[in-house]
Amino acid sequence: MSHIQVVEGSEAVALAVKACRPQVISAYPISPQTHIVEWIAKMIADGELDTEYVRVESEFSAASVISGASATASRSYTASSSQGLLLMTEVLYASAGLRLPFVITGVNRAISAPISIQVDHQDTISLRDSGVIQFYVESSQEVYDTHIAAFKVAEDPKILLPVMVCMDGWILTHSYERVSFMEQEEVGSFLPPFQPVNFLDVNDPKTWGSYAEDDVLMEFKYAIHEAMQYAKGRIKEIFSELAMITGRDHGGLIEAYRTEGAEVILMAMGSMAGTVKEAVDELRSQGKKVGLVKIRCYRPFPFEDIWDVIKDTKIVGVMDANFSMGSEGAVATDLKAKLCGRPDAPLVLDFITGLGGREVNKGTIREIVQKAEEVLNSGLPLHEPHWVDLNPAILP
Amino acid sequence: MSLQQIARKEALFFSGHRACHGCGMALAVRHILKATGKNVIVVTPTGCLETFASPYGYSPWQVPWIHHLFENAPSIASGVAAALKAQGRDSVRVLVIAGDGSTFDIGFGALSGMLERGDDVLYICTDNGAYMNTGGQRSGASPTYSSTTTDPAGKESLGKTQMMKDLPAIVAAHSAPYVATASVAFLKDLQKKVKKAMLYHGPRYIQIDTPCPSGWGFPPERTLEIGRTGIDCGLVPIFEMENGKITSTHKIKKKIPVTDYLKAQTRFGHLFSDNRGQAELDEIQAMADRNIERYALLRESGNK
Amino acid sequence: MKITLGAVVKGGTSLDYKTGSWRDQRPVIHEDLCKACGQCEMVCPDNAVYVVDEVYIIDYDYCKGCGLCAYECPTDAIEMVPEEK
Repeated sequence: MSHIQVVEGSEAVALAVKACRPQVISAYPISPQTHIVEWIAKMIADGELDTEYVRVESEFSAASVISGASATASRSYTASSSQGLLLMTEVLYASAGLRLPFVITGVNRAISAPISIQVDHQDTISLRDSGVIQFYVESSQEVYDTHIAAFKVAEDPKILLPVMVCMDGWILTHSYERVSFMEQEEVGSFLPPFQPVNFLDVNDPKTWGSYAEDDVLMEFKYAIHEAMQYAKGRIKEIFSELAMITGRDHGGLIEAYRTEGAEVILMAMGSMAGTVKEAVDELRSQGKKVGLVKIRCYRPFPFEDIWDVIKDTKIVGVMDANFSMGSEGAVATDLKAKLCGRPDAPLVLDFITGLGGREVNKGTIREIVQKAEEVLNSGLPLHEPHWVDLNPAILP
Repeated sequence: MSLQQIARKEALFFSGHRACHGCGMALAVRHILKATGKNVIVVTPTGCLETFASPYGYSPWQVPWIHHLFENAPSIASGVAAALKAQGRDSVRVLVIAGDGSTFDIGFGALSGMLERGDDVLYICTDNGAYMNTGGQRSGASPTYSSTTTDPAGKESLGKTQMMKDLPAIVAAHSAPYVATASVAFLKDLQKKVKKAMLYHGPRYIQIDTPCPSGWGFPPERTLEIGRTGIDCGLVPIFEMENGKITSTHKIKKKIPVTDYLKAQTRFGHLFSDNRGQAELDEIQAMADRNIERYALLRESGNK
Repeated sequence: MKITLGAVVKGGTSLDYKTGSWRDQRPVIHEDLCKACGQCEMVCPDNAVYVVDEVYIIDYDYCKGCGLCAYECPTDAIEMVPEEK
């Protein structure tokens, strides 16, 4: 059973969070995240949601408040974007280390300077090494469903890590889409109350955040890595379980779209994947063997699932909406590193796309596919990473 | 179990912690927890206390304790308090025990946020006047003309030239219902203030003067003595503010010159090494005299 | 010993670390001078002096030998004597 409504993407997040019944939510404004915490505030003001809502003085404290609450056995949530996410960085590393399972919506936006409020993935990608599990979503429906799954993933006793649901600013947060909502009882049985393994308890006093020496620190970091590896399988199970209830299957760690027999596979994350799908449909109708791998879960990095799809293709064109200065896009780096040493590996081309909200339309994608085909046909290397739609005329 | 073994386990802050000899902060923590009892969750930021009281597998804490980062103890505490409220665990209270670096400097924004929101947290700053955990660097709490490793006295310098941040007044300006200063020199008074603070709800603040033998440069058996002389010269005023008004002050029995306090510590040694520190010593004396007047620290009014 | 989840550990385990080895002088109580006022117990930063039924115990497993108890004793009943190595 479910009901359907046309809502703003931010409201879809707020409704998902409400359905998950967090006990503590912290809020700090930053565009284009702000609508999310505003929708939640309105629900509380109208008596529709009973939660401790902490209006903090910075994103650093937004992440800290939910860390403290999570250690005190409360399901906890916040949302942020861009500079706010970077300000939280230190907190996220520490909370992953303490194995605190809260959920954050990471609304994607470019990083200063120059300051911009437009979308790209530089902010959340910068947190990839923190121990936070990261999902990237394409639509408001996927936003809603993924948030509900996110709490279950985070709170799994063998995972216990923060989870970030990354959604593109403006494109998803501020556009209205048709969303099918779960009934409260369905969410309740899918996501039972948070049962922490440890919590701050006066009847069983434990010490959190000890100083660790070189005899144990590596093992603690390895334990997070192991939890991430375990999470790969568990995430797929959790999304399948949710799909059984909702009848909507967004895929597991990745979604493969028309990849059968593809010679060129594009790889993308977030709302851009929707545009790629349309372009792929058009190109396929023209007889081009093109497909898409949408990465839904970026950390842990789902190489095994990606490999199953790309192993027979010739070229993978990674569309990185981020850039590691002095190197290349992060997703391409991940993929190339994993493919290195495999004689049968496809060629990986890195396309830097959509920084600071630079439009990525079907024409952009056709251009990327064309570049990939040129490499394929000529055998000549591409000057790489290739900055798509860069305007050399205005470079100094 | 022997009597000794039983006695060891009566405390909420056990032996075996790794504080330096004669540590004022460790002494303060023992007495803070004696006053609060066991129904508290303690948050401690990075600093001396976190380092000497949390080596992995050797925890002295008999209360639930969390260290997260250097600058977020107030917001961790706010989160703990929010969770307790959401769960209806009303009998459990939240305590921060922090140092001056985290309180006056790096965690100041978070502290202000916690105070402004009115969160139910007792924040205790154990003040040793510098970043002692990293070797004694200058903080916003370092006293004027003290020599610290990042503002050292030298041929062209007499140490820190700025005033210490007046944090109790800043906290009180946030409408905190209870603000107090205390000292390890008066442990019963310290315990009494912690107990009193526990009777209030909302954000409360106690700043405890915790002399540091290794950082201030005095023999470890003198920790309380140094604390007493700091009070008796007027540089360390001990008072309580309830709902914005000063409601008690610790009266100085016999006023002593600031030089009695300063001379006993190597961090002020440069002021005495030749004649060039005289103007600065006069300045410090004037600060003490201003404190005495502002907080009415002498027993009889007009006795200056 | 296996590492714990998130490095969260049971409290009260510092007793396994004997700080008494740090000591280069030890406090010795002269019972004839002691007035059982409890000051030494109050001022010990290491919780290493106990008063049990007016019997004073210095816990040499943890006493670091800082000398605070001797310095603060109002009747000079505690003497610091060099530790023999």
